[in-house]
Amino acid sequence: MLKVLDSAVPVACWSCSIAHNDSTLFCPHCSKIQPPPGADFFTVFGLNPHLNLDPASLEKEFYRLSRRVHPDRFARAAQNEKEWSLADTALLNDAYRTLNDPITRTEYLLKLHGAEIGEEHSGKDRRTGKMGASRFPADLLEEVFELNMQLEEMRMEHKRGEEDPALKQSLSEARKKFEGLRDAVDQDLYGQWNAWDSGDEAARHAAQKTMVALLDRRRYLSNLVRDVTEALEGKEGATIFTQRGR
Amino acid sequence: MAEGRVVGIDLGTTNSLVAYMEGDKPVVIPGVDGSNLVPSVVALDPMPAGGGRPTVTVGNSARKALIERPERVIYSVKRLMGRGLSEVESESKWFPFRLADDVEAGEVPRIQLGELRFTPPEISAYILRQLKRNAERFFGVPVTQAVITVPAYFNDAQRQATKDAGRMAGLEVLRLVNEPTAAALAYGLDRAKQGTIAVYDLGGGTFDISILKLRDGIFEVQSTNGDTHLGGDDVDNLLLAVALDEIHSEHGVDLRAHAGAVQALRKAAIDAKVQLSTQTVAQFDIELPNGDRYQREIPREVFENLIEPVLDRTVGPCKQAMLDAGVIPEQIDEVVLVGGSTRIPAVRQLVDDVFHLSARGKRPQVELNPDEVVALGAAVQADILAGTSKTTEEMLLLDVTPLSLGIEQLGGTVARIIERNSTIPASATEHFTTGVDGQTNVAIHVVQGERELAADCRSLARFDLKGIPPMSAGLPRIEVRFLIDADGILQVSAREQRSGTSAHIEVKPTYGLTDDQVESMILDSFDHAEEDFMKRLLIEARNEADTILAAVERGPENPAWSHLSENERAAIGGARDHLAQVKTGDDLQFIREATVALDQATRHFAELLMEAAVSSAIRGKTMETAGEELGDEVSAPHPMAPAEFK
Repeated sequence: MLKVLDSAVPVACWSCSIAHNDSTLFCPHCSKIQPPPGADFFTVFGLNPHLNLDPASLEKEFYRLSRRVHPDRFARAAQNEKEWSLADTALLNDAYRTLNDPITRTEYLLKLHGAEIGEEHSGKDRRTGKMGASRFPADLLEEVFELNMQLEEMRMEHKRGEEDPALKQSLSEARKKFEGLRDAVDQDLYGQWNAWDSGDEAARHAAQKTMVALLDRRRYLSNLVRDVTEALEGKEGATIFTQRGR
Repeated sequence: MAEGRVVGIDLGTTNSLVAYMEGDKPVVIPGVDGSNLVPSVVALDPMPAGGGRPTVTVGNSARKALIERPERVIYSVKRLMGRGLSEVESESKWFPFRLADDVEAGEVPRIQLGELRFTPPEISAYILRQLKRNAERFFGVPVTQAVITVPAYFNDAQRQATKDAGRMAGLEVLRLVNEPTAAALAYGLDRAKQGTIAVYDLGGGTFDISILKLRDGIFEVQSTNGDTHLGGDDVDNLLLAVALDEIHSEHGVDLRAHAGAVQALRKAAIDAKVQLSTQTVAQFDIELPNGDRYQREIPREVFENLIEPVLDRTVGPCKQAMLDAGVIPEQIDEVVLVGGSTRIPAVRQLVDDVFHLSARGKRPQVELNPDEVVALGAAVQADILAGTSKTTEEMLLLDVTPLSLGIEQLGGTVARIIERNSTIPASATEHFTTGVDGQTNVAIHVVQGERELAADCRSLARFDLKGIPPMSAGLPRIEVRFLIDADGILQVSAREQRSGTSAHIEVKPTYGLTDDQVESMILDSFDHAEEDFMKRLLIEARNEADTILAAVERGPENPAWSHLSENERAAIGGARDHLAQVKTGDDLQFIREATVALDQATRHFAELLMEAAVSSAIRGKTMETAGEELGDEVSAPHPMAPAEFK
C-alpha cells in the first residue's frame, strides 16, 4: 500500500547496480527503466506534496514521462523492461488521474497523512461487506426525507409507465439545489488548501479535520445528485442510502 | 535491418487492408489484383476429388463464390468475434451463417462451412494471412509483426479474439489500436495539429465516437463511446427487408429461403445505397427466378426516412462522449469522418447537427479516403512501435478503456474498480478475504459495462483464487491486481498477504479460446520458416515468369507484333529463351531479373497493345467489357457478387 512520504527505501538499479531512492521510473545514473517505485504519486511527478498545484505543469510532466515510459516505447524491448514499462505506465496514469482532479487529489493526500475517508471499495474486505461508516449530514435530514419520498413516487410512476411533469420539475429543482450545495462544499474545501499547504502544525491539523468532514458531506451530496439523475432518466436500482463513489 | 517491418492492418467487417510507412508517409499495400481493399470474405473451395482438405480462398475470389455456393462462404465475421453462442444466434437472422449445433453453451461458436467448421478467430486468421502474404509479396521478405485495429468500443473478449486471430495467422500482434484513434493518427501526421478533435467512425458493422486532445505530438483520448453492432450492414438490411417484402407481396415469391438469391438482392441493395450517396434516386431492377422483374425506384428522401432510426442510434453515444470528455460541441475544433457509411449525405448532415459545424463555419474532415484512413493510421502506429523513424519519434498515443471494469458483489451488484475512459494501461488493486473458517478458495466474477447489476453487464471472466492457507474466516488477506494493458486487455495477478503465498488463479474467460486451443488452430500451411517462405516466393516468381512467357508466346498472333522492328523481335526472343531457361533453376534472383528483362524487352510491344486497346475503346467496344471487369475487381464497395440470377 501507500508508503509515508519520506520512507522510500534505497534500492539498487537492476542494470547498473547503483542505489537510488525508489522514487523514480528511471535510474538516475544509467537511465534504464525501473520497476514501479514505492514512492507516492507526488514524488513520481517530482512535486512537493501540496494541494495547490499547477494543472498545466502537471500535464506537461505527465506527457514528458509518458513519452519515455509508455509500452509503445518498449514494443521490442526485453521481457522484463516490457513488463516494467506496463506497470510503470499504469502507475503514472493512476497518479495523473488522481492528482489532476482536485477532489481525488485532496482525498489522496489526506489519506497519505493517515486521514480516514469513507472509501468506495478499495482496501475494503469485500466478503465481509464492511462499508465505511456513513456520516449523515443532519442539516439535510428533512430535505433528504422529502426527496426519498419523491424518488420512490417517481419509480412507481415509471413502472406504471406514467409521467408527472410537476414531480419531474420538483426533482429537477432538488437536483439543482444539491448540486449548488456540492459546489459550495468544493469552495470550502479549496479554502482550506493554503492552511494545509503552508500552515503550522496546529493549522494543518485543523484544516485536515475540516476537509475530512467536507469530503464526507460532498460524497453524500454527490450520491444524491446521481440518484436523482438516474431517477429522472428512468434508470432502475437507484438507492439513496448506499454509499458508492464520490 | 535486425528486425523486419511492422505493418498496420485494418481488419474490417467489410474490407481489410494492410499498410506500412514508406519514409514519412503511410501507404496501403495492394494485393495481386492491384486492389487496396481485400473484401473480408472467406470461401471454402469444393472438396478435392481425391479427398484431403479443400482450399480456403479470401477476398475478391471468395466474394464470387457467394452466389454459386453460399453455404461455403462467410463474410462480416467481425460481428461474431469474441461473442457467445446466444449473442451470435440473433445475428444469424440476417446472415447465411450456419452454426454448428453441437457446441456447448460456454464454448466459442463454430461456423459450419461445407464439411468443415471454424471459430470466428480462425476465419479472421485466413483474412490476416492473406494480408500478410500481400505484404510479403510486396516487400520480398517475411512479415511477422503487426498492429491490428479494433473498434474502440470492443470489449475484452472481442479484443482477445482479434489477438488470437493474429497469432493463428503467424503474426505477433505488437498492439491493438482503436480504429478512431488510428484515424486521428493518420490525420494528425502531416500537420502539427493542436486542439480537440472528434472522430466519427461508422463502418460496415460498428460505430465508434472518440474525442481526442492533440498537443505536441501527444494524442490523448479523452473519451470514447459507440455500438459494436451498428453500421452499414444495418442500412443494407433495411433495404433488403423492403425488397424481400415487396417481392413476396407483389410477385408471390418468398426469396428468404434462397440463400443465393438473398445475396444477389443484398448486392442490389448495396448498389442502390451507394448510388444514393451521389444521386437523388436509385433503382432496383432484378430478374426473379420465376422470370418476373422486380423494379422499383428509391428516392433519396424515402431512403433517408427508412434509415433515420439507424443513424439516430449514433447520437446518444456522441453526446455521452462529449459529456465524459467535459466538452460542448463548440469546443470541438474538428470532426473527422471515418468508415464507408460516412459517405451517406444524411450521416454528414447528422454529424453537422450534433457538433454544430456549419453554424460555426466548419465542415467535417474527409480529405483522407474513409475506407483507408484506419489502415494508414495503423501503419503510423506500427512505425511508432518499431521506434526507428524520425517522423514518428515525437508521437505518442494515450488511449482509454471504453468500458468500466467491475467485480460482482454480494447481492449481484457491481463494484467498479476501473472507470470507463481511464487512460490505459490502468490498474486497480483489490483485497478479498474468506467468509467461512478454513475456506481455501475465493471465486471472483469480473464484468465489463456501466450497469448497476452484474447480470446486466458483460461477463468477462470468473477467477478462482486457490491455495489460500486455511485460516479463520475473514483473516486471509488476498491482494488481487487488475491491469488493463495497452491493448485494452485485462491481466490479473494475486497474492495472499498474511502467509505471503501467491494464490493460484485460474482464469476462465466467459467466452474465449484457451491457449492450447489457439495453438492447435494455428493455420497449418504456415510459412514461419525461412525455407518455406523462400519456397513460396520461388513458386510465385515462376508463376509470374509463366504468365509473361505465355503472353509473349501469343504475341505474334496480335497485329501489333508486325509493328515491331527486327531488332526488337530478336531482343524479345533472346530474353524469352533466357527466362525459360533460368525458370527451371532454383535461383529466385535470377528468375526475377530475367522476368524484368523480358518485361523491358516487350515494353514497346505493350505500348502498341495499349494504343490498340484505347483506339478500339473509342470505337466503343472493349471499354464496356473492360469497365465491367474493373468494377468487379477494383475497390469493390462490398464483398458481394454481382446481382445476377442464374
